Amino acid sequence: MRDFHSLASHSIASIRRGLNAKEFSAEEFTRQALAYAEAENPKTNAYLMFSPERALASARAVDAKIARGEDPGPLAGVPIAVKDVIVTRGLRTTCASKILEHYVPPYDATAIIRLEQAGGVILGKTNCDEFAMGSSNENSAFGPVRNPVALDRVPGGSSGGSAAVVAQGTAVLSLGSDTGGSIRQPASFCGIAGVTPTYGRVSRYGLTAFASSLDHIGPFARSVRDAATLLGAIAGRDEMDATSAFAPVPDYTAGLVDMRGADDLRGLKIGVPREYFEGLASDTGDRIHAAVETLRKLGCEVRDIALPHTPYAVACYYIIATAEASANLARYDGVRYTERSAAAQTLADMYRLTREEGFGDEVKRRIMLGTYVLSAGYYDAYYLKAQKVRTLIARDFAQAFEQVDAIVAPVSPFPAFKIGEKVDDPVAMYLSDIYTITGSLAGIPCMSVPCGQTPDGLPVGLQILTKHFDEATMFRVADAYQSASN
Amino acid sequence: MRINEQDVQRVAELANLALTEEEISRMARDLDGILSHIEKLNELDTTNSEPMAQVLFPAADETATLREDVERAPLPNAEAVANAPVSGGGYFKVPKVIER
Repeated sequence: MRDFHSLASHSIASIRRGLNAKEFSAEEFTRQALAYAEAENPKTNAYLMFSPERALASARAVDAKIARGEDPGPLAGVPIAVKDVIVTRGLRTTCASKILEHYVPPYDATAIIRLEQAGGVILGKTNCDEFAMGSSNENSAFGPVRNPVALDRVPGGSSGGSAAVVAQGTAVLSLGSDTGGSIRQPASFCGIAGVTPTYGRVSRYGLTAFASSLDHIGPFARSVRDAATLLGAIAGRDEMDATSAFAPVPDYTAGLVDMRGADDLRGLKIGVPREYFEGLASDTGDRIHAAVETLRKLGCEVRDIALPHTPYAVACYYIIATAEASANLARYDGVRYTERSAAAQTLADMYRLTREEGFGDEVKRRIMLGTYVLSAGYYDAYYLKAQKVRTLIARDFAQAFEQVDAIVAPVSPFPAFKIGEKVDDPVAMYLSDIYTITGSLAGIPCMSVPCGQTPDGLPVGLQILTKHFDEATMFRVADAYQSASN
Repeated sequence: MRINEQDVQRVAELANLALTEEEISRMARDLDGILSHIEKLNELDTTNSEPMAQVLFPAADETATLREDVERAPLPNAEAVANAPVSGGGYFKVPKVIER
């Protein structure tokens, strides 16, 4: 086996080639990957925990299949990291919260089962904002994650660790979760691809609930192709999640460049929403405009479109998401989930003190806001109003997709910011999610694909959004763009 | 102010959070800032807009979410209580709520 430098030079295909050529076994590759990831992790704090036993068992299963001449699966031997809000049987799952610091789940999430059935090797669990609430990964009870591209900056959030490990080369792929942009924004900050599939495309069974009408699981990868392969492996109906969709899962790699033998997007109509360019940092805007030009050169017909309710998305989201969170997080009450306040004498104090001691500031803030908007006398003014505005935002997209096949936009108004720079202003932090929240509210597929860097060397992400269940077009545009810009 | 410290105290009780004095005053300030931004929604006329509680798909078969009622083994009791801070006899234990 060659000297092992980093997983950054590896892809699903390169690992498969190495396995096929007997250059390395899955077990050897996994041992090296674990050693490398564990040695490099202190630089970023992206992994919260490694799972060597489980990883090696998965790798040996892949080797055994290969030895028997069986298909080892589309993710054979590929080192994958998993956001620590997705439960793993027997492996501590903390949600980056003190309240779950010692929680060991008795079952696996469906996405985990499918990923391992496909031959994937789980290296460990990644850091994130507590209960996936945040945009910078600074809300973790176990310390912030540093952006591997610029160590004094945030990796984005909430899936900051999952984005960082792929960018750092300490995993080839990872799983994150997205409620209002928690996959796309960190992907853009770290310069990799991150996908929020259609709502219901991937089962959420085993994803710790934050806001159930908005929660998604989705993949991170360096290449669009690898992200598409990972999504294909975990997507599809699951009877353990009644909100998972029946729609068949196509081969998401079928429309990609080397499968079609041509790299053009002739005939595809791309919409550029004008509302997404107000308040955009100029360095970011320059990259997005250049990307639109590249798409035009690839044959896309580019149209200006309007998504007029965009300015209302943040307000709408922070009512709906916090209302749902206040209900979902009621379960952490000191009875079932490991932590109970030592000071509590009565039942009421057990609830109040356990939650006070166990939750961090941002989680408390969101539980409070959510409880307030649902409280007697405010329901209609806030929650019902927000649900009606959500309809208007979804309708904006439906109308746009009558004219165009895909929408392209920035992911974030600015690139990765410095650690500590925005922690004191929650409203400013919330407003930075403006361009990702809209797609989450509509439940449509959306992703971030790397689109160059600012003059300071900070990655910029291009967002691509398509109709419900049209991940194929999203991947086709993203892959053609990535191939053309490399 | 859209929300004062008394309101925060009331909501904290609903949410079962024993906030400290310092947290209450900071929470009042933070929530006021957020609620002030949220008022923006009142600019919109939503009389003809249905509330969207869930993402709905256009395809009809997406609503066919009923499955066969098949017997399936539940999580074993020992595993179900394994993460409890205090358990015994297969039950979750909590501070006494009924005085004899």
